[in-house]
Amino acid sequence: MKLLRELVFPLLAVLAAFVVGGILILLIGDNPIQAYKLLIGSALSWPDGIGYTLFYATPLIFTGLAVLVAFRCGLLNIGAEGQLYVAAFATAWVGITLAQRSAWILIPLCFLAAVLAGGVWGAIPGILKARFGSHEVINTIMLNFIGIALVSYFTQYHYKVPGDPIMESSEIGQGAHIARLGHFIHGLPERIPLNLAFVLALICCVLVYLFLWRTKWGYELRATGASPTAAEYGGISIRKQIIIAMTISGSLAGMVGINEVLGYRHRYYDGFSDNYGFTGIAVALLGRNHPFGVVIAALLFGVLQRGGIYVDGFSEHVTKDIVQVLQGVIILFVAAEAFFRGQFGSFGLLKRSKV
Amino acid sequence: MSKAGPNWGFPKTKVLRPKTKVMIELRNISKRFGAVLANDQINIKVETGTIHAIVGENGAGKSTAMRIAYGFYTPDSGEILIDGQVHQIRTPHDAIALGIGMVHQHFMLVDTMSVAENIVLGAEPGSALALDLATASSQIRKLSEEFKLSVDPGALIESLSVGQQQRVELLKALYRKAQLLILDEPTAVLTPQEVEEFFAILRSMREQGKTIVIITHKLSEVLAISDDVTVMRDGKVVGRVKTKETNAAELARLMVGREVLLRVEKTDAKPGVPRLEVVDLSVNVKGSTPRVDKVSFKVRAGEIVGIAGVEGNGQTELIEALAGLVESSQLSGSINFEGRDITRQSARARREQGIAHIPEDRHRRGLLLEFSLAENSILGVHYRPPVTAYAGNVFLDNAAIQQRANEIIQGFDVRPANAALPARALSGGNQQKLIIGREFKVDPRLLLVSQPTRGVDIGAIEFIHRKLVALRDGGCAILLVSAELEEVTSLSDRLLIIHKGRIVGEVDPKVTTVEEIGLLMTRGH
Repeated sequence: MKLLRELVFPLLAVLAAFVVGGILILLIGDNPIQAYKLLIGSALSWPDGIGYTLFYATPLIFTGLAVLVAFRCGLLNIGAEGQLYVAAFATAWVGITLAQRSAWILIPLCFLAAVLAGGVWGAIPGILKARFGSHEVINTIMLNFIGIALVSYFTQYHYKVPGDPIMESSEIGQGAHIARLGHFIHGLPERIPLNLAFVLALICCVLVYLFLWRTKWGYELRATGASPTAAEYGGISIRKQIIIAMTISGSLAGMVGINEVLGYRHRYYDGFSDNYGFTGIAVALLGRNHPFGVVIAALLFGVLQRGGIYVDGFSEHVTKDIVQVLQGVIILFVAAEAFFRGQFGSFGLLKRSKV
Repeated sequence: MSKAGPNWGFPKTKVLRPKTKVMIELRNISKRFGAVLANDQINIKVETGTIHAIVGENGAGKSTAMRIAYGFYTPDSGEILIDGQVHQIRTPHDAIALGIGMVHQHFMLVDTMSVAENIVLGAEPGSALALDLATASSQIRKLSEEFKLSVDPGALIESLSVGQQQRVELLKALYRKAQLLILDEPTAVLTPQEVEEFFAILRSMREQGKTIVIITHKLSEVLAISDDVTVMRDGKVVGRVKTKETNAAELARLMVGREVLLRVEKTDAKPGVPRLEVVDLSVNVKGSTPRVDKVSFKVRAGEIVGIAGVEGNGQTELIEALAGLVESSQLSGSINFEGRDITRQSARARREQGIAHIPEDRHRRGLLLEFSLAENSILGVHYRPPVTAYAGNVFLDNAAIQQRANEIIQGFDVRPANAALPARALSGGNQQKLIIGREFKVDPRLLLVSQPTRGVDIGAIEFIHRKLVALRDGGCAILLVSAELEEVTSLSDRLLIIHKGRIVGEVDPKVTTVEEIGLLMTRGH
């Protein structure tokens, strides 16, 4: 019953988005049924559709989880984008610097680089908030600019292969590659970049769930988000919780680097992120700030992204921008509902800083 | 043919005119908010020129009924009669036009404007271009003298005391020619002396022919001021009595629906060794006077030390400083617990030594409103056994939490008894019982308790008082802060008076009088 209630609004939001999108397609001059058939059919075809859909969903699961952990502590992490760029670069850096090492050493070190770099980039606004009370929304946005510019600079002037016209680093060592799922699954060709990072994302969902609802640390984090004053009364250090939550959030966002660098391109490719960090906010919202909801929401967004390519290519007038419209409308509806339920209050956006 | 039945030819009996005219009558009023029937077929009759008290516990529907009379809500059914005429009161404007005025618990005044400006607000005299404040001021002055309100129309609101602001609210209603004044919990913000003055004003208004309805839950005040009492419970009117013919016990029984013990029954304290010793403790605020100013006192095992004072005189800060919720950089002086200096210790470290805290603000401090009762029942002990287990006590032990929650729910009669409900779903009294249960559960050696019965029903108050006395008898040291004078005097074994952050005196609660405490509370010596 409770589950049903939780599902109703996200489902309604999605449904409403499709209706609004359908009207738009009709106005543009195409048949909405046809367009949606194309969109969903292509995204769920085997093996290419499903393979790519899951691949596109992977970074969104990570960023969705990142946003939700911060959110559960009453913080809005808009900095996942910067965190994942910094982390992807750090991952590539380790993969390039220690290229000769064996996979047994290299892969764990690359994982660690992704988690640490993302964690540090998330911790900075956490520390600033805990220490000085400066708002995390402002600081995470600032750190997006700084992080993205910084890794661009390093790529351009230090890690680019000379003569390469593309803004990308040299390749990481062979030992740092992680297997594509096609390697294990019969019928899924290995050219599809869906890789072990997807499995890692699912494991992270379970871990985040266990952490938040089954451990004393998760209790403290959620208590801080639910009411900082009551948490303080219960002997919980709010400052500590803010730093912890932002660090974990950054680490989760950083794992996008594992998917991108170790599983897909095997190098740092500047500007690789298709706004994963920001879409993560929508994924967390649509997923009701629950890890399992995040998976479902990320899959939906994966479907839209994959199907959009086909709508673009095979329908007469509608372009893949329709996907943006659908995403936008979903977010609007979900946000409107969250607003009515007063959930925006705990974002801290409309309230004064809590510390 | 009318429903009244056939007329057998007898002359119609002439209705005898009642000696007293009825100012306002609510007839069969019902009002539903969602699933809650706030008013269920209620009938209230208020005679002209009387003071009528409406009493009931929180949520009994008394405020709803009066807001209907004032046009804030429209009733689902029923009718309102003013001076015997049925009237539709759709907005407060209609009510004001009919001579009804209402003074709310929270004043609706603009701080930076003068008394006269506030009073004329919404009914400005003069033409559209020229505000005739001079005429208004003289009218206000006349009214003020007539009802002995002694309010200067030129004074700024922010320069007035709370009691004076309340009189401005009264003037506002009188200026609009109100014949009927509805007062919602008017004494909640007043000191005992101010209450006396306020009652004198109400009596003089009655003499001038005004009708007054006073909503309250303080029985002593009902008995002191009113002529008639209507008692409400669960959205229904359960009784109407003449004040002269009733007493506190009967009113309490009507309100709660069963016999209630109003006096706290306790034996003399058998105090043991000092548990808490506070020496020259100050809570300093940058750029302002200290909230708590060089306070020293002791609380011994097995005694309840009360702190009485007008709210906002440092009680909140004192308790929070003792509980470890004030930055240690703001503190000076020392707090010693069982001989150890805990001034710089964290809230958690203090809790671990057996200091429990029932906070004054249960929504802000005491509860995680969105969390379940089970999760709330472990706040403060959530990080250690018995509620944690496995892997070095990292994980929460759900079975143990459930058991703890159920023990608290049963031991303290929390209703509804469902640990899965969010704390928000509980009434104030049940939320308070949950907090008290949780803090008692750790077998505290020192209990800091603030406003334990604020917003709590009479039935639950009796229960909470008994639990506190039982805890004392078990050897716990208790420091009690309460704005209810009756509560601190009847529960405390020793009573300290706080004024502007200073302890200005100690009285023996057994022999002291309200006047003595009241003087110390306001004058400071």
